[in-house]
Amino acid sequence: MVDDGKAFSQRLAEARAKQGLDRPVGERGRLPSGPWGIGFRAGVEVVSALIVGVGLGLLLDRWLGTWPWLFLVFFVLGAAAGVLNVHRLFHPRFGARKD
Amino acid sequence: MAAEGKAIDALGQFELSTVLGPIGAAVGFTQSNLFMVIAGGLIVALMVYGMRPAAMVPGRLQSLAEAAYGFIDDMVVAQVGEEGRRFFPFVFTLFMFILFGNMLGLFPYAFTYTSHISLTFTLALMVFVLITAVSIALHGKKFLGYFFPEGAPIWLAPIIIPVEIVSYLSRPISLSIRLFANMVAGHVMLKVFATFVVMLAGLGAIGPFVSVMPLAINVALVGFEVLVAFLQAYVFAILTCIYLHDAVHLH
Repeated sequence: MVDDGKAFSQRLAEARAKQGLDRPVGERGRLPSGPWGIGFRAGVEVVSALIVGVGLGLLLDRWLGTWPWLFLVFFVLGAAAGVLNVHRLFHPRFGARKD
Repeated sequence: MAAEGKAIDALGQFELSTVLGPIGAAVGFTQSNLFMVIAGGLIVALMVYGMRPAAMVPGRLQSLAEAAYGFIDDMVVAQVGEEGRRFFPFVFTLFMFILFGNMLGLFPYAFTYTSHISLTFTLALMVFVLITAVSIALHGKKFLGYFFPEGAPIWLAPIIIPVEIVSYLSRPISLSIRLFANMVAGHVMLKVFATFVVMLAGLGAIGPFVSVMPLAINVALVGFEVLVAFLQAYVFAILTCIYLHDAVHLH
């Protein structure tokens, strides 16, 4: 029976490797990617970008007294940002180059 | 208590009322605040009493405390990198607070404080202020380059920059809506099916047999809600980590 710490940790590492318990670090901590999860996330991203766009537009309009022009502009910007957010969902901005 | 007349009161469970009698009423201490305090106390108790033995072979509580610590530590290091360790306390606190809020909310008579947009948005706003402050502190003026990707044609700047700013500002909104919507939807469904149980049970002789169906659905839903409770806390924490990664490694 070997009972010093190093041999134990070595044997533990071997056993874990054999059972496939140690996943490579890069695979850990991914977002859940079921179809419902992705769909819900995409919906939330679009809605929140629209909320920000419309909210900013209404605020600026009230401040500058230009109703409804900035509202219209920022509505379109919000929609574009929503599409951008969904695009980011599938192609993360910095995902390609993890250092 | 749910079926008043024949109506289903699915949203009454989210109403705030003050607790602790006149003292609570005077300072506006609601059941939401009460459960926040309980959650905070349980988290501190778990970490303090769980780690008190500090045994080589951990007991049950110590295993739980160590698993929670290791889980978030792995996540922070994998997402942000080694230099992201300094954000560990923030992410860990955020994760445990949301997780305990979601889980406590599943107990009968408990209140789910994460089902209020005011709370989730405040948490998301904290994350947003932190990531903005971190990227300005680390990168200074280069932070503005975040809103205009390198290599894009300069004449597109008037379009790209506002869109990127709106996209950046939408982060706290999407972060808070996701958590809030999941918790509200789950609890509304539980309440609706629980009301069906009561309503169908009143259908005379066959009532008790018919009402077994929504009861079975509710049993499955509770299991599903435990999953959602963990998953949403996890998603909130990992998105915080991803945003922190963006803030630390700007381009």
